[in-house]
Amino acid sequence: MLTRRIIPCLDVRDGTVVKGRNFRGIREVESPVALAQRYNLSGADELVFYDITASAEGRSLFADSLREVASSIFIPLTVGGGINSLEDFDRVLKCGADKVSVNTGAIADKTLIGRAAKRYGNQCVVLSMDVKRVDGRFTVFSHGGRINTGISAAEWAYRGQEEGAGELVLNSIDTDGVKGGFDCEMLRAVCAKLSIPVIASGGAGSKRDFVELFENVPQADAGLAASVFHFGEIDITDLKLTLRAAGVPVRL
Amino acid sequence: MIAVIDYGVGNLFSLTGSLRYIGAEIKVTAKRREIEDSSAVILPGVGAFGDAYARLEEYGLVDVLLSQARSGKPMLGICLGMQMLFDCSFEYGEHRGLGLIKGDVCPIAPDLKQSVKVPHMGWNSLKFVRPSPLFRYISEGEYVYFVHSYYAKNCKEGITSAAEYGGVTLTASAENGNVFGTQFHPEKSGAAGLKILRAFSEIK
Repeated sequence: MLTRRIIPCLDVRDGTVVKGRNFRGIREVESPVALAQRYNLSGADELVFYDITASAEGRSLFADSLREVASSIFIPLTVGGGINSLEDFDRVLKCGADKVSVNTGAIADKTLIGRAAKRYGNQCVVLSMDVKRVDGRFTVFSHGGRINTGISAAEWAYRGQEEGAGELVLNSIDTDGVKGGFDCEMLRAVCAKLSIPVIASGGAGSKRDFVELFENVPQADAGLAASVFHFGEIDITDLKLTLRAAGVPVRL
Repeated sequence: MIAVIDYGVGNLFSLTGSLRYIGAEIKVTAKRREIEDSSAVILPGVGAFGDAYARLEEYGLVDVLLSQARSGKPMLGICLGMQMLFDCSFEYGEHRGLGLIKGDVCPIAPDLKQSVKVPHMGWNSLKFVRPSPLFRYISEGEYVYFVHSYYAKNCKEGITSAAEYGGVTLTASAENGNVFGTQFHPEKSGAAGLKILRAFSEIK
């Protein structure tokens, strides 16, 4: 039976994993390689690396960490952050990424998903979206959640799928960092018409939140979180035991 | 030395990395001479069947792969590389395969009995159908990582393991003599995948 996936996300800046709250107030954590190894041993199903550096030096440190992780951990690795062109896809695939996640880059260049899917295959292209309620409408934000694009989240997700994205990460800005549970209402609304796998993100604070995600949003194939895993508030093996006991299929 | 066939399809980073990790000596190559000098061959692949097979032909690899397999040299096809070992594929038309394992490659979607997503993507558990040297270090029920929309059918003689999805029994691995194929990606399947690669690297 196909399992639901648990995916830790590592935001990397200047070679170090960091975690913010509501996209602000960033706090330093630890080495991406050490953390990735710990997650792999505790049963993470995939890892997501987000490069949140702007400098060339930071980018090169990120590439070094990625190469090191990809040479010692053999589970799927998704890389995102600053992916604006096919050259960016190439750059991270050469360092060992299996999938590449596009967010603002796909909004700025509406042909990027289609071109990347044609060159690298749909399985390689992940559309990542930051979604926030604006006057009761689920709306896509770009640039790390700072800019309101005015685009409807459900329409953007569907368009991404039709263009060739093989997977979707749906991050709720409203619940991100709050640790009060995933945004099940938004997830259900946005993925109603999708046939590609959906990774839910934003708001995990307890093991119960993951159980509720998979019970309330049947379209969610995976749950992604950062700080609850980084700070050891939730142990992945323990989380999977809880999920299995609740009848959610997981890899243990 | 294991020859990892490089015919311009897909990313070989995790495959070469995982083989090095288990201590295998490898050569990424499309050269006939190097393939003939190898002790085993791995045929990777992602993308569409027709395009990938055309690349094999373009690189002049079909004959050497067939002669190596017929000589009894261990060969492992992974994902699309596995699908190309079969007789034919019905992905966007009908395409001839290498014909090293009996069976056809067909779309998953029409066979589904429950409403589930295609591609079949993620971790699924292996059900053993018959013993295989590839399973030397793993147990039934272990999870491996899949990403595919087509699967091998009509391969009763060759199937060694399966995965259940949407009411369909998907062929997860198959073999014929020393020719092996895994639909899943051992190079992305964590510890279980490394054990499968290690078992393959030890086959004589």
